[in-house]
Amino acid sequence: MTAAMSGRTAGWDQVVAEIYRADRGKVLASLIRLLGDFDTAEEALHDAFAAALAQWPERGLPESPWRWLVSAGRFRAIDRIRKRARLAGYEAELGRPAEAEEDVMPEADLLEDDMLRLVFTCCHPMLPPDAQVALTLREVCGLTTEEIARAFLIGAPTVAQRIVRAKARIREAGLPYEVPERAALPDRLESVLRVIYLIFNEGYSAMQGESVVRHDLTAEAIRLGRLLVGLLPDPEGQGLLALMLFTDARRPARTTPDGDVILLADQDRSRWDRAEIEEAGDLLERSYHTGEIGSYGLQAAIAAEHARAGRIEDTDWRRIVAFYELLLVADPSPVVALNRAAAIAMRDGPEAGLRLMDQLLAGPLAGYSPGFSARAELLRRANRCAAARADYRRALSLASQRPERRLIERRLAELDN
Amino acid sequence: MKYACLVYAEPGVMAALSPEEGARLTDDSMDYDAGLAASGHMIVAQALESTESAVTIRVRNGKASSTDGPFAETKEHLAGFVLIEARDFNEAIRVATGIPMARFGSVEVRPILRLAHS
Repeated sequence: MTAAMSGRTAGWDQVVAEIYRADRGKVLASLIRLLGDFDTAEEALHDAFAAALAQWPERGLPESPWRWLVSAGRFRAIDRIRKRARLAGYEAELGRPAEAEEDVMPEADLLEDDMLRLVFTCCHPMLPPDAQVALTLREVCGLTTEEIARAFLIGAPTVAQRIVRAKARIREAGLPYEVPERAALPDRLESVLRVIYLIFNEGYSAMQGESVVRHDLTAEAIRLGRLLVGLLPDPEGQGLLALMLFTDARRPARTTPDGDVILLADQDRSRWDRAEIEEAGDLLERSYHTGEIGSYGLQAAIAAEHARAGRIEDTDWRRIVAFYELLLVADPSPVVALNRAAAIAMRDGPEAGLRLMDQLLAGPLAGYSPGFSARAELLRRANRCAAARADYRRALSLASQRPERRLIERRLAELDN
Repeated sequence: MKYACLVYAEPGVMAALSPEEGARLTDDSMDYDAGLAASGHMIVAQALESTESAVTIRVRNGKASSTDGPFAETKEHLAGFVLIEARDFNEAIRVATGIPMARFGSVEVRPILRLAHS
């Protein structure tokens, strides 16, 4: 092999790898529709890329690589099915001969809708939530089983089983590979958004400085959000993407070099990613056009208020409290009520917030570490240091993650000084 | 990534196959192996002679001992192995599911452990 040949091969490997990274999901999504089954489609996907590596260096890059790949995968899958049928003696039952490889696929077969079909199927409410997450990350985002396992700090066989069972459930229940009808869309979309939000939160809570390299789930979630918004304009989808972007924009300011958490009030806002904030703001504006707003949109609106303030002192707490009132209607959960109480404390002073937090921490949030930290913070501001210390200690006893514990310990140390 | 697909089968089950069924299973298995070679998954696959021709070696306190038969009496015996290259665990499972012997016995899928010198 000459140097020129090996150089060309290396170049083509990279070209194909790049197309794999960019179009793998789209090709798979179409193959699932054409072949009717996840595993068959994955086998076809594998074959298609192998064919690409073998043929493109000689024939050149096709005009539409992903169309070529779908066609090649489908051709090879049909070929396999015919071979297996021939071996089993069923050859007579198969009709017309396999199509020529160069057959151009008709437009209708290659709708971008295939990606939406794939997303909705992976996030089908009939599948267990953790299976929806694993399936989406593997089939839509292209993560390996092992990458998913590492990202969630669980074992690879556990993830593998979730995916195997999810595919079996889809097959056995005959879950249709389709974009839901208009009537079913809101509920089904809620399921998709929940999966994306779960993935984002898992990524966001992953702390730096850990020994295991974990795949950046926040980037995957944002990528999924962009995909969804691009294919299916919807205010809650836009709201979720805006929320993720506002949150991610704060990442450069969120941790010390040692991996300690820096709270919003103490962050260096000059480190916030302004491009993400601007994109998020535009999305939020667009989401308002429908006149509807949901819980993701409201959370994004709150995040927008923080992003708008040059310093913590400039934060418009009145507007934030107003958004929390609406959010509590959309999502009447105790954690939302707690966050609202914290915002009320910022607007009206610690005592106002404390009254609300006492109820929550005596009731539904009795085991919620961040709740006790939040109340401790208000007690400290109200100069009730003994009570503040007690709440920080309670928070510590309920906190399991090391960075949270370090943060609480720091607060306790500050109190003692 | 590399995975070992360890194929286990009950000798009684295999013996109960008719000559035609046995021949078909052999053909299917060899065809499947060929398919894996064509798709780039195959590293190596071998069938094993029955445990009647097995000898188990142990070295303890510098002394080597050998016993007839497999290392332990089990209902299903190791009948063969397929070492494959696969993108991830789920792809390995997909490949293992297609192994013809999986219809008669069990296929254990194990990720290969990469060792490094200390």
